[in-house]
Amino acid sequence: MSARETILKRLRERADGPLSAPESDFAVATNRGWSVEERLARFERLISSVHGEVLHLERDDWTQGLAQLLADKGVRHLALGKEHPVAVDARRALADSGIEMVDVDRDIEAWQREQFEQVDAGLTSTRGGIAETGSLWLWPTSDEPRLISLVPSIHIAVLDADALEDTFFDVVEAHGWAERMPTNALLISGPSKTADIEQTLAYGVHGPRELVVLVRHAGAPAGEKA
Amino acid sequence: MSVQTPGVYTYSPREFHRQAHDALGNPQIRANFRKAMDGLMTKRRDSFGDWDLEALRELGANIRLRALAKLPDLLEQLEANCKANGIRVHWAEDGDQACRIIREICQSHDARSVVKGKSMVSEEMHLNAHLEEVGIEALESDLGEYLVQLNEQTPSHIIMPAIHLNTDEISEILHDKTGIERSRDVDYMTAAARSQLRERFMAADVGVSGVNFAVAETGSLCLVENEGNGRMTTTVPPVHVAVTGIEKVVEHLRDVPPLYSLLTRSATGQHVTTYFNMISSPRKAGEHDGPKEVHLVLVDNGRSNIYQDDELLDTLRCIRCGACMNHCPVYTRVGGHTYGTTYPGPIGSILSPHLMGLEETKDLPTASSLCGACGEVCPVKIPIPDLLVRLRRESVGEGRGNVPGAGVKRTRKEAAAWKGFQWLATHPAIWRSGTAVAGKLKVLAPSRLGVWTEYRSAPKPAGTTLHALVKRHQASKAHEEER
Amino acid sequence: MTPVKLYPSKPKKVYFFGTCLVDLFYPEAGLDGIRLLEREGIEVLFPEDQTCCGQPAYTSGYAREARAVAAAQLGLFPEPWPIVVPSGSCGGMMRTHYRQLFAGSDLEERANEVAGRVHELTEFLVHVCHLKLEDRGEPEKVAMHTSCSARREMGLAEIGPALLAQLGQVELVEQARAAECCGFGGTFAVRHPEVSAAMVEDKTTAIAEAGAQRFVTSDCGCMMNIGGRFEQQKTPVEGEHIASYLWRRTS
Repeated sequence: MSARETILKRLRERADGPLSAPESDFAVATNRGWSVEERLARFERLISSVHGEVLHLERDDWTQGLAQLLADKGVRHLALGKEHPVAVDARRALADSGIEMVDVDRDIEAWQREQFEQVDAGLTSTRGGIAETGSLWLWPTSDEPRLISLVPSIHIAVLDADALEDTFFDVVEAHGWAERMPTNALLISGPSKTADIEQTLAYGVHGPRELVVLVRHAGAPAGEKA
Repeated sequence: MSVQTPGVYTYSPREFHRQAHDALGNPQIRANFRKAMDGLMTKRRDSFGDWDLEALRELGANIRLRALAKLPDLLEQLEANCKANGIRVHWAEDGDQACRIIREICQSHDARSVVKGKSMVSEEMHLNAHLEEVGIEALESDLGEYLVQLNEQTPSHIIMPAIHLNTDEISEILHDKTGIERSRDVDYMTAAARSQLRERFMAADVGVSGVNFAVAETGSLCLVENEGNGRMTTTVPPVHVAVTGIEKVVEHLRDVPPLYSLLTRSATGQHVTTYFNMISSPRKAGEHDGPKEVHLVLVDNGRSNIYQDDELLDTLRCIRCGACMNHCPVYTRVGGHTYGTTYPGPIGSILSPHLMGLEETKDLPTASSLCGACGEVCPVKIPIPDLLVRLRRESVGEGRGNVPGAGVKRTRKEAAAWKGFQWLATHPAIWRSGTAVAGKLKVLAPSRLGVWTEYRSAPKPAGTTLHALVKRHQASKAHEEER
Repeated sequence: MTPVKLYPSKPKKVYFFGTCLVDLFYPEAGLDGIRLLEREGIEVLFPEDQTCCGQPAYTSGYAREARAVAAAQLGLFPEPWPIVVPSGSCGGMMRTHYRQLFAGSDLEERANEVAGRVHELTEFLVHVCHLKLEDRGEPEKVAMHTSCSARREMGLAEIGPALLAQLGQVELVEQARAAECCGFGGTFAVRHPEVSAAMVEDKTTAIAEAGAQRFVTSDCGCMMNIGGRFEQQKTPVEGEHIASYLWRRTS
């Protein structure tokens, strides 16, 4: 008998007999009932508490904020996609900035060392955010692969304010994750960190040292919204 | 059997008393653990803040119980969905078999170098030693694990492997083993480890990781971490091998968020970790990074035996948060290595006997004052104190015999003493002779009563008993009423 | 977790289960508990044939012996009066573990019925008697040590401090890690004496550093342990069972 058969047989022929499965009440994981403002405030407070930076920008000219940020951080080599509207906008806006746009639509084998050693920052879109924990959710694609949110020292993530939801549970349910899980689904909540040296926090142990979230607001600036 | 490759330090559960003695006499160890555990307890308490913690624990327990109730079906479903997604699934009855499977995967790729994300199951099966025997280098990439490996030790905590070391000790280790400058600057040391390990990620042939939750419904492997080494391990090398105990499966994707909430808060008091990494397939056509091959190794190693027994089954609910050790007054004082097992602290004391047998681990179930702190904080409500008592019963041959090595601790003398106790306590007239009983009860621990008085004054029998006092009291009351 | 517990209204009579430690080492504490109940107008019945709840055998793994000892106690409380126990540890044994010990046996029903009537003394004084205290003692700084069983098994962390707060002249001091075990744990103290010693050492240090002149506890095991350590250290901090303390200061 194979290991598989042996194990399954032992589990099925359980000495104390079959077990009955309880029903689950998920109420505690959902129904936060936060307003749009509460969500945003909570998201910002929580992601800031774990060293994430948040910048509020208008959707129409968010790339100005991006350009300013890149200048402030001294980014010379920015890895980003080509197809996602976030990447399209960014490439257009930064065309004359002198910043090198590093293409990521290449198999990693061809440029691994370049990615590890020469890219200053990775720019990605996000699918949404989670207010309860201050998290971003990403489903990396061919256009925006997995490693650009991990390998460069700075990760810049673009989040639309109206893509914030209350809880992780709500996101999983509302977007039907269970029916269409991608190769890799990620929650990101702050830059890489460790407390393995005597409980002292240090950032950027393996992944980015900095996470900057560009929150894009539709229409009028956040303060003037109803 | 010792838990690690021959090195500077070797710990065994058989030597619990000696190891406890050494740890208690080591002020550095005592201070490191006390400080860390105090911080973790406070952080956990604060992190649940406005949550309905009891409702969440109830749900967590319930999700795990449901998964266990359907375990064989869920494992098959997990396997089917993983396969459909392109993940290769392997089954191992014990640690050696699992090591062989992983070794063969490595050898089929001519791998020389394996980089590892944190995996307690791989510690449990001594994977590193196994791979090194065939000339494959296995490098730990979690910073704490890396430090512990450099220091030729094993983890002293399941979440914070290097918690027994302080900054100065770590500075010394990094200096000795990697040649960097001595420094108390944590950022400097972290940055040094980052650049050392990044080279290794790029060079690694295979990445080996653990799994926090395996989702049957979607064939997804969930990994919880802060550092990003888990994402590196599962994304950079061309082959990823995930290894997990068979109990880690959950039924639905919706089961994951509540467990994740409980895990991070219980473990380190974080409301969330930096990364929650869900892997459902190898690199697909057109994708540009990620491993081209993903394997899942499902390890039994005693778990299906635990599964047979209604009471012991609760052991398998565990989501490996470590809160029970953070809150354990015994663990806090003796540290993780003292237990001599992969899983230390309360959860280790109820799990290790199944993995290693009671002969090896007979001192662990008694290494608890049954204070209940572990059960109180357990996010999935494992009745750890009750399970400790059950294992005590098994070790003296008074249980159901469902644990390897059952009865190994039974001595005729102790069994007779408890029979004597029973006889006295069921003969009330003799019991009432009071002081005489006090004398007789001493036979219960004749050789060890002395140790009480090494640290404390001896309790003094009162010279009278409550029975006698009550009699007198009632007589005097009756007398008063008559007057 | 302690399930939600419904308390009876104040009864005419209660049974008193003194516990073996009280019987042999601290009988005055037992008698003081009885006096407190009587002062509330309750008649206290003390079944003469009581011995021990069976916990020492139970926690040592000798369930058969524990069951035999426990079975001998089950018949001592025939009327439906509450059973009051001056110990969270023995009370917890009877309230929680009797159910487990007799599950599936002929005595299951009786064990459950008895377990449902068990109350720890201070809990009973507060929640059933709604005890009001008038302090007649001298000003004093006191530390409360609630036993782990009272705290976690019985869910009574707040009870002792609430009673002491009623004593106007008593200042309850805050100790570091008040919720941590003192290291007694019954046979734990003899099976793992060094670990237990380290625990009680920390406990006495915390109590002394808090500036307490005395510590009060609801469990005699903890008292024997902590008090014994203080005595051996020759630190002048004395332990007293809460029943004795309350009785002494209010009578």
